[in-house]
Amino acid sequence: MAVRTDYLEEFRLFKGTAGKTWFGLLLAILLIIPATVESYLVFLAALAATHIIIAVGLNLLTGYAGQISLGHAGFIAIGAYTSSLLMLKLNAPFALALPAAGLVAGLFGLVLGFPALRLTGPYLAVATLGFGIAVAQVLVKWEALSGGSIGLHPPKPAFGLLSIDSDTRFYFLSIITMLVMTIGAANLVRSKIGRAFVAIRDSEIAAQAMGVNVPLYKTMAFAISALYAGIGGALMGHLVGYINPDSFGVAASIYFLSMIVIGGLASILGSIVGSIFLTALTHLLSGIKSLPMVIYGGLLILVVIFEPHGLWGRWRRIRLYWRSWPF
Amino acid sequence: MPLQLVIGGLATGSLYALIALGLVIIYRVSHVLNFAQGEMAMVSAFLAFTFLGVFRIPFVWACLLAIGTSFLLGAIIEAAFLRPAKKSDVLGLVVITLGVQQILYGMAGWIWGYDTKLFPSPVSDTTHYRFGAAIVSQANLWILGVSVALMLLLLLFFRYTRTGIALRAVPQNPTAARLMGIRASRAFSLTWGIASVLGAVAGILIAPITFLDPNMMLNPLLKAFAAATLGGMSSFAGAVVGGGSLGILENLVGAYLAPELKDSVAFVVIVLVLCVRPSGILGRHYERRV
Repeated sequence: MAVRTDYLEEFRLFKGTAGKTWFGLLLAILLIIPATVESYLVFLAALAATHIIIAVGLNLLTGYAGQISLGHAGFIAIGAYTSSLLMLKLNAPFALALPAAGLVAGLFGLVLGFPALRLTGPYLAVATLGFGIAVAQVLVKWEALSGGSIGLHPPKPAFGLLSIDSDTRFYFLSIITMLVMTIGAANLVRSKIGRAFVAIRDSEIAAQAMGVNVPLYKTMAFAISALYAGIGGALMGHLVGYINPDSFGVAASIYFLSMIVIGGLASILGSIVGSIFLTALTHLLSGIKSLPMVIYGGLLILVVIFEPHGLWGRWRRIRLYWRSWPF
Repeated sequence: MPLQLVIGGLATGSLYALIALGLVIIYRVSHVLNFAQGEMAMVSAFLAFTFLGVFRIPFVWACLLAIGTSFLLGAIIEAAFLRPAKKSDVLGLVVITLGVQQILYGMAGWIWGYDTKLFPSPVSDTTHYRFGAAIVSQANLWILGVSVALMLLLLLFFRYTRTGIALRAVPQNPTAARLMGIRASRAFSLTWGIASVLGAVAGILIAPITFLDPNMMLNPLLKAFAAATLGGMSSFAGAVVGGGSLGILENLVGAYLAPELKDSVAFVVIVLVLCVRPSGILGRHYERRV
């Protein structure tokens, strides 16, 4: 590891000059992407940004707080539909619809968090699976609200006179939201709340004995990750321009779970890496019908068996190896 | 009319019970919820379809062959995917089964395609028999008969054969079982094979009703989870009771409340059971060690 001269250095968001330089480089790259690559890749980058938001939220819940959630697509759907319905039916401005989508999804996360307090492991997995499927079914059946299987066409967002209708503009909207939310999550992780999450994951009983308010932080974990999923889902809906209940089924939940498992559980950068990797993989394999699923499944199994810390964990081990070479 | 609903519900419920039994058997032995159970059943049904259609084997032999292959499939999945993951936590095991599910789904879609196919059934849906006040279709009778026969066979196997008793001993106390000469790895493979066979039979029975396509087992799998949750994840009898109850409940809700609510019954059951009594009707709640 890098030599630290200051205890607080360990807790800083960007560690030392190296950290700040890398982040500055990242910002520079993100800025020049729309100018240099073709339009479809810019769209893909914007989509990846929305996926990153969702994956970071899911990682907060599953990686840091240790709660299995197989129904996260339900929250994504709630966010997407809330935002679209607010803009379509109530003519709400986008600046209002987006946070509202997050808040409504977060509320549902809170609601799901209460029964989840009593459940662990496989029971929680089944309960969240049921929740995800229930949301999809309600969206199909409640046609007056959601348009049923036909779906909705979310309008293009607009901030007053500035209408987000091109790929480049949407790219910047997604990237800015993604940066804000990811830095927020990174700050959350290094705060008291993040430590409470990790304590609950590692040993719930010990955490409770230490004075961590387990019910509070568990429900908070569900609510926050649902908020992230809601905002990511709303952005995704507006970016793609079409949402319907089929795209928010079990397959979608497993897709996002794969992102964080393959990228790295309990790691913000891991979620980012996993999202980009899977979005790129989906894009590359979009022609062949069944190959993506087989590859995802295979990757999931390989990652769990051989590298439980995911791609980012493997990168950290490589980095550590070279840093401490030749010892 | 209610008796009819009950009998019809029992027939569907016995299908859920078969899959749930597979889930419970695997949960007791490997302590993991096998999310791939549905896809294993689906692949077996597709195999039976191929044997019937492409190789033109008569129905009974085709099904038996498919069931045998599915036994091997279950054992291979356990040996290849679950055994190397000894040190994984609950999430890791769940993710592995999800990975197996994705692989099986993709392979089925790649080999057989995603369009729906018709699966032949040896019994007809229209012939009805009269049992007093109830009219039972031949198809329902066939489903009930096969399921009950299989469950009885399983009961006899687990109770009265040495292998069956050995399979029950391994999850109770693996060390003692090993000391008694039971090879644990073989027990695991055998268990997964049996669970796969249960799923295969359920798949072959479901396929004529829901038509054959890679998505066909997603809904029944969720219902089986509800049945296993209702009856208790660690209880064989619970799976049977839970399956039957769920089937009857679905039919009653569909007839007396609204047909659209039938699918939601499973979810409501899951939520209610997990809120009120997480260990299910017949399950035993084990205390957690710190």
